[in-house]
Amino acid sequence: MKQIFVAFTSGILFGLGLSLSQMINPNKVIDFLNIFGNWDPSLAFVMIGALVVAFISFKFILKRSTPILEDDFHISKRSDINKSLLGGAAIFGIGWGMTGYCPGPAFASLGLGNMEAIVMVLSIYAGFFTQNALSSK
Amino acid sequence: MENFTPYSALAGGALIGISITILLLFNGRMAGISGIMNGVFKSPVQERNWRLVFLIGLVLGAVLFQAITPTLFPARQGYPLWLIASGGFLVGIGTRLGSGCTSGHGICGIANLSKRSIYATLTFMSAGMVTVFILKQLLEII
Repeated sequence: MKQIFVAFTSGILFGLGLSLSQMINPNKVIDFLNIFGNWDPSLAFVMIGALVVAFISFKFILKRSTPILEDDFHISKRSDINKSLLGGAAIFGIGWGMTGYCPGPAFASLGLGNMEAIVMVLSIYAGFFTQNALSSK
Repeated sequence: MENFTPYSALAGGALIGISITILLLFNGRMAGISGIMNGVFKSPVQERNWRLVFLIGLVLGAVLFQAITPTLFPARQGYPLWLIASGGFLVGIGTRLGSGCTSGHGICGIANLSKRSIYATLTFMSAGMVTVFILKQLLEII
């Protein structure tokens, strides 16, 4: 039960952060990616802000043998750079540039009453199901 | 650069960092949104609940913020829905194939100094920039 409360709080903070930073505004995202045009570098600062906090906190958290409420940390220890990783990242980047939405802002926008977010999230799930089916073969 | 907003971007980023911190500290989980979204349907039942609740929180956070500052930015009008649908599909395929998105690789992974995440982030950033260059500067359809 405590874990659920933590997940809820974490989700709310994430949604507030995406909103305050305007990462949730797809025009702003496209302006950030538009480095050959009228570039708006703001969203690099979202990453810097998040990374500074996470980098420092991870240092302390990962010194612990377990998280506070669970028995294990669920963290990928893979280090292989392969075609799936780079090809997948490239495909994701193309979709991100086409829409201005990555998964977090797309889902967070579901409550804002715009049609785009609904189409975006349904399409992301169509992609998930397609890729999950392909990779389980 | 007339829309440059470094301070709210930094502060919002810090909030995201705090969100990621508490999820890892208490639950031992990385807040990668594509993984959480996918896990709502794919994981064993006992694994689904926290993901679902996280996503509900995510939506509520945005709604809450919108309620406080309703005129922060106007909703985008007239953007081609076929671009959203096809781009969304690619985001879904790509984040599964590449094991993460902006949050999982770009923030959690890089903060953990994961080599895979650094490569993935450089790749999707570059791909996004090239895509916007083609659609906005060359074809002028967005």
